[in-house]
Amino acid sequence: MDEQESTPIGISQPQGARLPASPGTDSKPLASRPGFLGAVWAVVWKDLSVELHGREMLSAMLVFALLVIIIFNFALELDASTRATVTSGVLWVTFAFAGTLGLNRSMAMEKDRGCLDGLLLAPVDRSAIYFGKSISNLVFMLVVEAIVLPVYSVLYNTNLLKPGLLLVVLLGSIGYIGVGTLLSSMAVQTRTRDILLPILLFPVAIPVLVAAVKASSGFLQGIEISEIMPWINLLIVYDIIFLAASFMVFDFVVEE
Amino acid sequence: MEPKPTTLKILDIVTVVLLLLATLMVFFYAPLEAVMGQVQKVFYFHVAAGWVGMLGFLAAAFAGLMYLLRSDFKWDIAGLAAVEIGLVFAFINIVTGSIWARPIWNTWWTWDPRLTTATIMMLIYAAYLMLRAGIEDPDRRARFGAVYAIIGFLSVPLTFFSARLFRTIHPVVIGTNQPGAEGSFDMTTAMLQTFLFSLLVFTFIFADLLWHRIRLGRLSLKVEQLKLKSLE
Repeated sequence: MDEQESTPIGISQPQGARLPASPGTDSKPLASRPGFLGAVWAVVWKDLSVELHGREMLSAMLVFALLVIIIFNFALELDASTRATVTSGVLWVTFAFAGTLGLNRSMAMEKDRGCLDGLLLAPVDRSAIYFGKSISNLVFMLVVEAIVLPVYSVLYNTNLLKPGLLLVVLLGSIGYIGVGTLLSSMAVQTRTRDILLPILLFPVAIPVLVAAVKASSGFLQGIEISEIMPWINLLIVYDIIFLAASFMVFDFVVEE
Repeated sequence: MEPKPTTLKILDIVTVVLLLLATLMVFFYAPLEAVMGQVQKVFYFHVAAGWVGMLGFLAAAFAGLMYLLRSDFKWDIAGLAAVEIGLVFAFINIVTGSIWARPIWNTWWTWDPRLTTATIMMLIYAAYLMLRAGIEDPDRRARFGAVYAIIGFLSVPLTFFSARLFRTIHPVVIGTNQPGAEGSFDMTTAMLQTFLFSLLVFTFIFADLLWHRIRLGRLSLKVEQLKLKSLE
């Protein structure tokens, strides 16, 4: 018996050919679609490889951070006695400003070169773009911090490479970049652009900055872990709340 | 502009009357506080203004959420109205607080958790308005405003906790009275009544101003649409 007669239900197919799959069907499409993690990784990889080739953003952030540290030397009396209490403040102001620089550049690059439009056309979940950008922004900020911390230690003769401090720097950077990526996506689409990001970001990032400064200073001064824990908890809570909130609303910020 | 609805006309009159009543209550019904004297009377309208500031923020966040879900411009108009009113009343809150603080705490300002959070809240409001000012496209402006209102609203409780944690670890005593002791004086019944009535009156003021501002916003939207149409 003919195959076509024995299958009354379903599309009758000419022998040996395959119908192209329509989007949303379970059948394997002709071109393989990246999964969520694949898309995230693609965005991260793109940013990292662009940066490795040009190194414009990293060098700008780095030089800026080092200059700020040097200016603080003249602005504040960073002698041995005041140093312990003031160090964490100086560090986090530096990181906040350098971070803003990186966020601005990162998003401006996307917008100006039309990369953002390209990303939006890709058949991936918009939140993958958010996570991808956040991770690459975080990597850049961490690289800058990884260089600034030893340099500061040498310039001011304090040991900043303590595990507790490094944990705080990581948690604080995550929270800062998490909100920053969302807000920079908005800021880059306005007229006032670069100026707007700090105005939007700093009030909302106050909990991170306060908690990070207090926790860092606690670790530097060797305070009891139990006293520092509330700050670390606050950092973790902030990170979770704002990563979740930003990821949920990111769609609305980039849609055309 | 659409003609003023009768309900709004009534609300206007009721609000003005209530405000007059509240003022009278503050000056003649509420007793004079033993320690602080006349300046304590600022407290009734100061807290009420702070309440409206927070209410504005809550309303803006809610309107933002509704706009993102429904894409109806009326939510955007409401959100902007709420932020503008909230900003003004937050400012009134801070200024009246300063006026109270000067004789009582011997300083115009202190980095107390509530003051810190109130300032940050005002800055977030101002940032919201600056964000909107930088966007031409109405839909994008509404979306971004909505997103920022939500993000800002989420950050305020965390800011409060961080500021409060900051204080418990480093207590600071300024002047003769502890700054942290505000709001804990015992209120007599008359004081409590005046206080609650002030809260009610200011809520009425908020609702009244919000309605007026929304009407203005609707007119503004109509004008913008006409302008865009005339350009075609």
